[in-house]
Amino acid sequence: MLLIHCPYCDDTLPELEFAYAGEAHIARPADPSKLSDEEWRDFLFIRTNVKGVHAERWRHIHGCGRFFNALRDTVSDRFLTTYKAGEARPDVQTLEAAE
Amino acid sequence: MTHFSGFSLLKNALSGHKNWPEQWPDKQPKGEYDVIIVGAGGHGLGAAYYLAKEHGITNVAVIEKGWLGGGNTGRNTTIIRSNYLYDESAKLYDHALDLWENLSTELNYNVMYSKRGVMMLAHNVHDVQSFQRHIHANRLNGVDNQWLTPKQAKEFCPPLNISPDARYPVMGAALQKRAGTARHDAVAWGYARAAAKRGVDIIQNCPVIAIRRGADGSVEGVDTAKGFIKAKKVAVSAAGHTSVVMDSAGVRMPLESYPLQALVSEPIKPVFPCVVMSNTVHAYISQSDKGELVIGSGTDQYTSYSQRGGLPLIEHTVAAICEVFPIFNRMRMLRKWGGIVDVTPDRSAILGKTPVKGLYVNCGWGTGGFKATPGAAHTLAWTVAKDEPHPINAPFTLERFTTGRLIDEAAAAAVAH
Ligand SMILES: Cc1cc2nc3c(=O)[nH]c(=O)nc-3n(C[C@H](O)[C@H](O)[C@H](O)COP(=O)(O)OP(=O)(O)OC[C@H]3O[C@@H](n4cnc5c(N)ncnc54)[C@H](O)[C@@H]3O)c2cc1C
Ligand SMILES: [Zn+2]
Repeated sequence: MLLIHCPYCDDTLPELEFAYAGEAHIARPADPSKLSDEEWRDFLFIRTNVKGVHAERWRHIHGCGRFFNALRDTVSDRFLTTYKAGEARPDVQTLEAAE
Repeated sequence: MTHFSGFSLLKNALSGHKNWPEQWPDKQPKGEYDVIIVGAGGHGLGAAYYLAKEHGITNVAVIEKGWLGGGNTGRNTTIIRSNYLYDESAKLYDHALDLWENLSTELNYNVMYSKRGVMMLAHNVHDVQSFQRHIHANRLNGVDNQWLTPKQAKEFCPPLNISPDARYPVMGAALQKRAGTARHDAVAWGYARAAAKRGVDIIQNCPVIAIRRGADGSVEGVDTAKGFIKAKKVAVSAAGHTSVVMDSAGVRMPLESYPLQALVSEPIKPVFPCVVMSNTVHAYISQSDKGELVIGSGTDQYTSYSQRGGLPLIEHTVAAICEVFPIFNRMRMLRKWGGIVDVTPDRSAILGKTPVKGLYVNCGWGTGGFKATPGAAHTLAWTVAKDEPHPINAPFTLERFTTGRLIDEAAAAAVAH
């Protein structure tokens, strides 16, 4: 089972307390009526689905109820870090250097 | 390659089964092929077979990063059915079912297709309404599917608990009698053998690293662990790894890859006559001819390439199985495993041409593409050979995510398997 750190509760807890909520940092278009069909496709359906470090949203549903972001390696399923919603995506190199 | 028959079986029995020749040669790549297929799962191997057999294209290589059939083809719970809601899906899966019927004879290889019936349980009012809608839609499409009362469901599958105070009460079931199971490995092996016999090269332990495109954008070949191999046509059939392979050709896909897990019990005498699916509690069960209970679960919630999946899901599935079939309470489970399934936003496959000239894709089968193997392979071969859609795969384009013409089996709730 994954152990996930909620940056709001500042506690590392079992996966069962959390709900996965898809790829992170996909911003809703500022002016939706200006988008072409291709841009809508990219926003709605295209995902990086990366084999490697993935930025993703999680929600602490059985705890504080808040959404936060995580960097996780999709090959090993290891979490590199979690961070609060609204914060920029941390740089992987700096993270690894800090370890 | 020997033709399998009662006679060849008898002959080899007399020499203690020590003189069977190899079923297909393990090939090294040539410099160039007419068609390269990436991924030696049932879909890729099948497409190679139909290219050779139906379109006379035999200069074909199927390139596999591991061993053939080692992907989802060899990891799935082998449920075969065609009672999907939408016309497009019904046609595609029913086409596959028609091919399943004669596949063993066609390939001269016993794929053990067994029409034991697949029963889908309704546990709540929503299930009842949605299944009955499926049954009506299916009957209009000439697809077999019928409604069973709880009592009839129990007659069809005696281990089922239909007591009204059960945790997951059975309010009825949809039964497709023509549906069933097949031996997954045999499907890969049968297609591999029949394709190799017609001249197809099957190249294992050879990851495709990138798809190479020329100055005009069209496909030139693939870079692999065994060097560059030329081909003007490349078909990607790489299941969970499709995004990664397509990315190398500069095509971004509407796919996400999730772990999907299954497990088997210790073998026991035959007790379970059919396949039972419960989409609501995500538990799928049948009994293999070896006697093991074969149990499938839902996908893990997070995307992953780890080919593993988490234990909470197994626990949930096994708990559900024990509720619905209390006689299995004390069964011991032997092993569990995971595969990586490629899921599209509308839960329907993508099968056809791409914006890149000479590049074709067959993916997005998610949790339920084993049943489609012959149909997907057959129509993919057509599309690659003629460079145009087959009438049956035509709606399953990549463009539908731009035009919005989705085939929304996700909303239709015909989830999984
Ligand atoms: C646990 C589980 C249970 C399932 N249960 C069912 C079920 O009951 N019924 C049903 O219909 N479906 C089921 N499915 C889904 C089904 O298994 C798949 O949809 C189907 O087998 C896909 O076949 P395929 O040939 O496309 O993929 P695969 O068999 O996965 O073949 C793809 C191949 O591509 C290879 N590959 C990937 N990347 C590369 C590369 N770069 N270079 C070379 N080769 C590469 C892989 O190694 C793999 O062998 C289940 C899946 C799982 C995991
Ligand atoms: Zn929290």
